[in-house]
Amino acid sequence: MLHYFSAEDIGAILLTLKLASLATMLLLLISTPIAWWLANTQNRLKEPVSALISLPLVLPPTVLGFYLLLAMGPHGPIGYLTQSMNLGTLPFTFTGLLIASTIYSLPFVVQPIQNAMEAIGRRPLEVAATLGANRWDSFIHVVLPLARPGFLTAAILGFTHVIGEFGIVLMIGGNIPGSTRVISVQIYDHVEAMNYSQAHRLAAAMILFSFTVLLLIYKINNVQRSKKLP
Amino acid sequence: MLLKSFFSALLLTLTLSPVYAETIRVAVAANFTAPMKQIAEAFQQQTGNELLLSFASSGKFYAQILNNAPYDVFLSADQKKPQALVEQQLAVADSRFTYAVGVLALWSMQKGLVDEGGTILQKGNFQWLAIANPRLAPYGSAAVEVLENLKLYAPLKARIVEGENISQTFQFVRTGNAELGFIALSQLKGNDLANTGSYWQVPASLHTPIRQDAVLLKSAQNPAAATELLNFLRSDKARAIITDFGYGLEM
Repeated sequence: MLHYFSAEDIGAILLTLKLASLATMLLLLISTPIAWWLANTQNRLKEPVSALISLPLVLPPTVLGFYLLLAMGPHGPIGYLTQSMNLGTLPFTFTGLLIASTIYSLPFVVQPIQNAMEAIGRRPLEVAATLGANRWDSFIHVVLPLARPGFLTAAILGFTHVIGEFGIVLMIGGNIPGSTRVISVQIYDHVEAMNYSQAHRLAAAMILFSFTVLLLIYKINNVQRSKKLP
Repeated sequence: MLLKSFFSALLLTLTLSPVYAETIRVAVAANFTAPMKQIAEAFQQQTGNELLLSFASSGKFYAQILNNAPYDVFLSADQKKPQALVEQQLAVADSRFTYAVGVLALWSMQKGLVDEGGTILQKGNFQWLAIANPRLAPYGSAAVEVLENLKLYAPLKARIVEGENISQTFQFVRTGNAELGFIALSQLKGNDLANTGSYWQVPASLHTPIRQDAVLLKSAQNPAAATELLNFLRSDKARAIITDFGYGLEM
């Protein structure tokens, strides 16, 4: 393994896993309340908010990345905010990449959770209420367990989407080893530098890893689902 | 009668059109976009031949040409890739020549930040210095050589951000995300930005010349017309355009 990849490749692999794991956690934290609100609200803002969250699906990643570069830059709105909090500017930092990844993958995480929550319907919540559960109790003990497959799909989609992310990292990353040089950029570099064999190795490892993780998760999910059946 | 004249007209068009308008497909390195558009106009006016220009990084064109991309002429940003294509029997060896020599500039959007002589690099009052990826872009490896020659590469290494290519490096500086960066002088001239902010034209003595080579591809459908374009690139008219955009010339 150590001879198979260069130290730079291994650095990129570890950084990508760190970015994808943290982004997935952040995404689940942010998406759960958003999805719950969207699943239940009759508010006029429901459709505009849904459309806004889905925008990253439509925009080409490099376009999104370019405007994040402008917005997070010293003259952009996000840049003003971070500078006024003495945080400097976000491009070329791991934090910047984490925030951009979260925005970019939001629709992939919100939508499966929202669908799962909508599928629950009102009945189980009404039953919980008659049994004396307050809203928080029923959210923790009724909604979360019943929406579990939605959360699983959301986590998988979010994680894999961040691993495969390229255009945005290219625009705001700055290719710094250990903080913004992720696998996809490293593969691209190998291709552009005519090092095709290194690119093939890294790409093969990426595919193999992703396939194994997905396979395991689907297997675990299937086993647990069949356990529940009488 | 009508049918007969129609067919003779058709025949006439079919036989005449190739003589008057050849289409030459040219793969142009992204940094040469602006001058090439002007050169193409002049070439079309002079010869009547049409140019189909594609712009991308040399690395992408190299990969495409290896896989039978339909180009006749390749204008690379370096010498390495045309040479490699010649070695792989995909390009004509004696057609290769240096059509332009890149000039490096240290540029900032802030007025007065970059001074003549580039002492800002010594002072170090900035957070990020943008360069093009030195493994991929000739302008990037030239920037590293400049820093090494000034004995500043090691002290500044942690503050360097890399663009994938010279256009992206330009973007980093243009948007102010990096206070300064090494870019191509042609980018300032091509975008009318030489009077915005501040820049230092880096002396050629501080790095290996950034020679950009052109080559005729063996897959060319009409080598004669393609060769005509390569000759035109060496004409006074083309050379005037090239130097106008801030490039140097070999001879």
